[in-house]
Amino acid sequence: MTNQIIQAILLGGYYALLACGLSFMFSVMKIINLAHGSLLVLAGYLLWFLAEHYHLSPFVGLLIVTPLMMLIGWALQAFLLEKSARGGELLPILTTFGLAIVIENLLFEHFGANTRSLAPYIGDLSWQSWELFSGVYVGKTSVYILVTAIIILGSLQLFMKKTPLGRQIRATAHDPDTAGIVGINPKKASAIAAALAMGTVAISGLALGVRGVFDAYSGGPQLLFAFEATIIGGVGSLWGTLIGGIILALAQTIGANIHPQGFLLGGHILFIIILLIRLVLAKGGVSHRMKAAFGGAK
Amino acid sequence: MSQWTNSVTIQRWTPSSRYAIVFAGLVLVLLALAPLFASNGLLDRLTALFIYVILAAMWNALAGYGGLISVGQQAFFGLGAYFTIRIADLGLDPFISVALAALIVGVISYPISLVMLRLKGGEFAIGMWVVASILHLMVNLDGLIQGETGISLVSLNHYDSAQRLTIIYLLTLGSMAGLLALLFFVLRSKTGSAIQAIRDNEEAATSVGVKPEKTKQLLFVIAAFGIGVAGALWLTSATTFLPKTYFSVQWSAYMIFMVLVGGIGKFEGAILGAIIFFLVETWFSSTGVWYLVSLGAIAIAFSLFLPKGIWGELERRFNWHFLPVGYQVVEKNKINTDKK
Repeated sequence: MTNQIIQAILLGGYYALLACGLSFMFSVMKIINLAHGSLLVLAGYLLWFLAEHYHLSPFVGLLIVTPLMMLIGWALQAFLLEKSARGGELLPILTTFGLAIVIENLLFEHFGANTRSLAPYIGDLSWQSWELFSGVYVGKTSVYILVTAIIILGSLQLFMKKTPLGRQIRATAHDPDTAGIVGINPKKASAIAAALAMGTVAISGLALGVRGVFDAYSGGPQLLFAFEATIIGGVGSLWGTLIGGIILALAQTIGANIHPQGFLLGGHILFIIILLIRLVLAKGGVSHRMKAAFGGAK
Repeated sequence: MSQWTNSVTIQRWTPSSRYAIVFAGLVLVLLALAPLFASNGLLDRLTALFIYVILAAMWNALAGYGGLISVGQQAFFGLGAYFTIRIADLGLDPFISVALAALIVGVISYPISLVMLRLKGGEFAIGMWVVASILHLMVNLDGLIQGETGISLVSLNHYDSAQRLTIIYLLTLGSMAGLLALLFFVLRSKTGSAIQAIRDNEEAATSVGVKPEKTKQLLFVIAAFGIGVAGALWLTSATTFLPKTYFSVQWSAYMIFMVLVGGIGKFEGAILGAIIFFLVETWFSSTGVWYLVSLGAIAIAFSLFLPKGIWGELERRFNWHFLPVGYQVVEKNKINTDKK
């Protein structure tokens, strides 16, 4: 029981790490990036490619892949999101969904149907563990992933709150035109935000490959995990994403205990329950019900 | 003011749209007679085309008129097929099962709409994907389906193969025509005007007494029912139910492609998009992955550079209104004669 809870918390850290880039983009740019999962898998493949063909440890590979992903983030903003965001809030959903299809099928074309993992390239680390207390072991990679998630979410939070650049990004997200008047370059601020988000996606890609296996079409499920963690934790709160990830993992663990096939179902159903709670708690929702119940004016 | 109202009039039909309706009727009659002369292979392909038209029209109803982008409509496609299997297993005729299954999908979509329609924009889009995922996993729990191994609609064997093909063909043609007519009349009705008002500006629409929730629910349920019909019919023509294939997000990708290319929010656009998708699929699907890459890339290109799609562009250039669902204000002395 204790063991299961601890493992679930570690898994939650992994989900939070998957969700970093999505949550960041959603909260500061108001864009849900449907290509998030596929981009994450792309990062995983890039790390795998460097490890397989150039014998670079994935940790060293990250030094190459992170800047590369940031460049992709910048390009994404400059050529896709910038233009689609101007066409209304629905257009980015369509363009990023189209992008996801392009990326995953290109990956399939190039890397084929075999599943890949980064675990073979990190040596003993992939199976090493600490004994927390008698009989309860935690995998070292799982712990590192949780710690990384905390560090990234914490630094993003600090960056957005304390630095001038973070303030510029927030101002741009709030109102790009007014931000422009006070001397901020909105295009630059958005491009930096997108680059940052994709930089974290590179790290998420490492976690994906270290923790398990992936193939070209793994992006969809990863997107759902990341999205659920973000929504459960509450949009706009980066720390919420960490909590959201952990709650998601706990729900999956409970689901798996109820039924052998209940792991994924547990997480999804919790997501729907959270939505229901959100509806009931929503200010408009409650006051509307009060009015309806007490025959208010309307 | 009175001068202004005297000089204009409201037009709902244009001469070209009257011809278009007659033409559409003739095409339908011709298609209905097709089993008399067309080959089995052609009938089979046309059945697929009709299902694409249904899918595109339904996704367009939701996105183009309701302003609701969903990447989870495969939920209802899969459910339509699943309930057909379930009901046929009780010993009912497979084609009666199709009808019942679609009705059940429509009924189930109502409670789903209550929760999901409170989500906005991208949250609704992925939220629907989560719903599809839940339904997929729940269907897998049913022992009858045997997990991802799937199951066949064996009761179809009661019909000999030529007869079966003709029945499926005519049933699909009829469903397509019926669903398009339903959509056309809903969109032209008072509710339709409300629907389009909400899409264009929800706050303004609410201020003149439109109830956004009710109208969006109506669209959601119609779309779910229509896609349920499509899933059930697809099962009859493919005979095997594999949960993974029916609940695949690829169906949403196809719907989005068809509607974006044809013209989002244009009644004719969805039909045109389905025909284009059908031709692209016929010619290029053998290229496998590159075909899918192109679908995604074309969808991006259209949403960025031609957001109204091909039909929107034609409508703008030639002022074509073949199946008009809106109102047009025209000056009295030059009532639309389609020669602008």
